[in-house]
Amino acid sequence: MVREDLTAIAEKERAARKPMRVRCCMAAGCLSSRSAEIKTALEKAVNDNGMTERVEVGRVGCMGLCGQGPLVGVDPEGLLYEHVTPENAPSIVTAFTRNEAEASRGDLSHPFFTSQVPVVLAHCGRVDPERIEEYIEAGGYSALHHVLFEMEPAQVIEAIAKSGLRGRGGAGYPTGLKWATVAKSTGAHKYVICNGDEGDPGAFMDRSVLESDPHAVIEGMAIAGRAVGADQGFIYVRAEYPLAISRLQIAIRQSKQHGLLGAGIFESTFNFNVDVRIGAGAFVCGEETALMASIEGKRGQPRPRPPFPAEHGLWGNPTLINNVETFANIAPIINRGPDWYASLGTEKSKGTKVFSLTGKIRNTGLIEVPMGMTIRKIVEELGGGAPDGGTVKAVQTGGPSGGCIPAAHFDTPVDYESLVNLGSIMGSGGLVVMDEHTNMVELARFYMQFCMEESCGKCIPCRVGTVEMYQLLTRLVTHQATSHDLAQLEELCDLVKNTSLCGLGQTAPNPVLSTLRYFRNEYLELLQPEAMSTR
Amino acid sequence: MRRYNYQAHALIEVLHTVQESFGYLDEDALKFVATALHVPPSRLYGVSTFYNFFSLKPQGVHTCVVCLGTACYVKGSAQVLAAIETCAGIKPGETTPDKQFSLLKARCIGCCAIAPAVVYDGVVAGNQTPKQAVERIGGILSHGA
Repeated sequence: MVREDLTAIAEKERAARKPMRVRCCMAAGCLSSRSAEIKTALEKAVNDNGMTERVEVGRVGCMGLCGQGPLVGVDPEGLLYEHVTPENAPSIVTAFTRNEAEASRGDLSHPFFTSQVPVVLAHCGRVDPERIEEYIEAGGYSALHHVLFEMEPAQVIEAIAKSGLRGRGGAGYPTGLKWATVAKSTGAHKYVICNGDEGDPGAFMDRSVLESDPHAVIEGMAIAGRAVGADQGFIYVRAEYPLAISRLQIAIRQSKQHGLLGAGIFESTFNFNVDVRIGAGAFVCGEETALMASIEGKRGQPRPRPPFPAEHGLWGNPTLINNVETFANIAPIINRGPDWYASLGTEKSKGTKVFSLTGKIRNTGLIEVPMGMTIRKIVEELGGGAPDGGTVKAVQTGGPSGGCIPAAHFDTPVDYESLVNLGSIMGSGGLVVMDEHTNMVELARFYMQFCMEESCGKCIPCRVGTVEMYQLLTRLVTHQATSHDLAQLEELCDLVKNTSLCGLGQTAPNPVLSTLRYFRNEYLELLQPEAMSTR
Repeated sequence: MRRYNYQAHALIEVLHTVQESFGYLDEDALKFVATALHVPPSRLYGVSTFYNFFSLKPQGVHTCVVCLGTACYVKGSAQVLAAIETCAGIKPGETTPDKQFSLLKARCIGCCAIAPAVVYDGVVAGNQTPKQAVERIGGILSHGA
């Protein structure tokens, strides 16, 4: 594979394109509502109407508006049909020539679509995730070529640093700085790990990216490998995402066949391999040291840092760990330049962020917006507010490690620092919307139960503290608690937060702390009245 | 195991394969894996009990996984689970005495947009109500009998 081959594949692919293209969403959300049958029905309808010369039916990844799925898109008109069924799918095809389609048409001028800035999701819902040719046609792997032949590894790191990209896994560590540290470390081998252990309940950005555009992640990893001097990559994916795993395995096989992974990539001297490692259902494995233990075939328990993985990681070697979305940002940054990327977003949080909007909201799905957009705009304009005339009470960000942001603070711009100031975190990007029917204390208890069951049991504050906090919250929910219990709960929160070994324990009290901060009255209402009067 | 060159770090991959082939990890399989990979059985046991995904008990013919992620929780998955528990007479993690049906719970299967989600025999169904779920489970239970 050389540069000319890449161009040739892209041109061949373009020449084979038919004038009209029907795109069928086949990511996990739509697949579960029979989108495979819809694709078959569409193909049959194209055939029956004698349009096979002009129309092609393609499989694509997530188109974003998952709540209205299954979705079908039509190009070049750019139409979008919602809630398609195998029964009304043929009418989409007949509508090319006459009549209106029976399926309802999505409104693409809605802010849900117009306010988005797709960088990571640029190919999602456009290319077939199981065909490398379509990714190459969309400009794929040209960034890797550029990095190998036009740039020095140090220049690559400089470009990433200049772009201002920060880790999309939650903590927001500057990606360029992390790469520079790994590049400087010495070791017999270096590794690149992609953290796809998206454990936060309510978040599915990484799943969608892996299912819809797996090559973007692989290309980002290969560029990272070149920049830091690694020759082996691992993608750690949850076992709960079987479709993402199979599409990744297909993508890796195709890249190897095309000489884009393996030995001598683009006939250079650069070697890089990627293997998929499958998780086995442990939330703590999203923590980087636990994740490495899991890749090594051990129990996924974290260890104290330092030494950081950048110096002492997988099998004691320098290891670069980034999240799926971070890697998916790399190729666009190389292609369009760090200055372009830095022009998006806010002063300290550059670029865009993918969020999954779920819960009590009209437009559930996946969105990508520039950093700094207000929560109000995301929830009310893009998300369309609460369904059935309800009022949005709060949003929860960052999963079990994050916190709840009440409606009063919805004018806060979404960036790493602002969310921390509100007592929450950016997290991986799950936004769960709650309306007036959601009981915040029960929600805090729900998260505490999660942390309690997922605590690995290595350090005592987390192992014992989460159980104690869960019991206190249970007393509250069942109207048995006194103000003394509430005081004890707050004390425990502080203790667990400050003394736990890893991120799971350190952030486990966050949902309690943030709901206490903004919805203290809900806690107070649950207290035993006589106990309150004695104090 | 041969594919992974008998390396000890492939342990989790091997356990996945064993579970896929036999449905669960039985003692003989664990002993065999331990010997082949030169890993002490104690560590193997530690690993297989640490991860939620591995099961040391045989599963029923049919399985039902209820997602208890945040989005599903907010949309009422707890009620769906309670309805299934009453209908099948078992708690999550248990199997009916006739070995026909296992009830499991999951921490988010990533289908939050169509919450609440339930996985019946490996196929995801979205927007479930307690009534729908009970009908499905009722069908499975009577079919098995």
